[in-house]
Amino acid sequence: MKDSDLNGTLQTPPTQEMIYELRVQQAMTRHVITVAPEETMEDVSRVLEENRHTGMPVIKWQKMVGIVSVRDLMRCFREGRSLQPVSQWMSKDVATLYADEPLIHAVQKFERRGFGRFPVIDRKTKALVGILTKVDIIRCLLRNLEIDYHDLESRQYIPTKWFSELDCDRTTLSFRYHIDGANFEKAGEVSSKLKHNLQALGLPPDAIRRIAIASFEAEVNLVIYTKGGELAARVEPGKVTVSVVDDGPGIPDVERAMQPGYSTAPDWVRELGFGAGMGLPNIKNCTNEMKLESKVGEGTNLQFTVFT
Amino acid sequence: MKLREIIETLQATVVVNDHDQEMVVERACGSDLMSDVLSKLKPKALLLTGLTTPQSVYTAEMADLSVVCYVRGKKPDAETVRLADERGLVLLCTSLPMYESCGRLYRRGLKGDSEA
Repeated sequence: MKDSDLNGTLQTPPTQEMIYELRVQQAMTRHVITVAPEETMEDVSRVLEENRHTGMPVIKWQKMVGIVSVRDLMRCFREGRSLQPVSQWMSKDVATLYADEPLIHAVQKFERRGFGRFPVIDRKTKALVGILTKVDIIRCLLRNLEIDYHDLESRQYIPTKWFSELDCDRTTLSFRYHIDGANFEKAGEVSSKLKHNLQALGLPPDAIRRIAIASFEAEVNLVIYTKGGELAARVEPGKVTVSVVDDGPGIPDVERAMQPGYSTAPDWVRELGFGAGMGLPNIKNCTNEMKLESKVGEGTNLQFTVFT
Repeated sequence: MKLREIIETLQATVVVNDHDQEMVVERACGSDLMSDVLSKLKPKALLLTGLTTPQSVYTAEMADLSVVCYVRGKKPDAETVRLADERGLVLLCTSLPMYESCGRLYRRGLKGDSEA
């Protein structure tokens, strides 16, 4: 949130800026319910109630000739003239807004005139193109604030940004973790921490997912087969390389170990949901590069890379 | 399918994280083998499993799954629940067996992993 804190204290609030930049046409409702001048006030009452509106433009020959609101309706009903035509009761002096005006004009006009709504017309053709209420303005601001917020969020924590700004030929960030052997309760903890860190760096979700899955499989292998070892992830612009190293017992036949379904896992491992011979093939499938070196009695060195 | 519908369909109880019952789950798979889940299942999915260890939660976390449902009346231990709670992962329990859980959800239109 560093960016937004700065914006908040040093610059104008985003809503205030927005209200100058946004146009009436971005906030208005385009579907306008209208009434003809010869229809009765009773009709107006019904249409307003059905649509939960408090007023609407009066249109004759595709031209706006007035506006009728709940206030007119009340005056008319009080005098018992509900069957009289709209033209008798509507306000003929209609304040309008142009579609291309900034939203701030609309806000000022609402304050000055105290109206509930303004018909919106095209500056050139003078045709009715929409209607604007205070609720429309609030909705529009909220929508744009949300878009702004998402923009901001997606721009944050991008390592390539501060990575590329560091003054050197090559930048690398590395994470190192120790993995305990035989401690199955904790198998997954290291990969979970690694995933969390990669997310904080803002790497693409799909790449993170593939790194996390491969790391998890490698971590489980260490827990099952070895006395423990180390997992190190190296983050560079464009790729993440993970190496998982242990010092024994080593894989006798690497080629066979890479075959899907081949497993030397004991039953207790299978009961825990692993050891079905899919670990190494999985790692190969979700990474861009994979290298596995192993010597019986010495240990195993697994390295994989995912392009970001 | 919405989480609310999944809970109804499986007559499931929520163990942890039911704050958003309108959450949409796009697909599901049933397996007790976590490597199978990790090799195939796409994100935002439901995992039906009989495996109640912390690795069920870690698997869901690594593969970006949204919901884990334990079948056959199995209950996760306290550590598994704590991990899920920390990660905002939804955990459900149903007394239905695996086959019936899968069948009921599939009949109501929740897709499998090989379907588009």
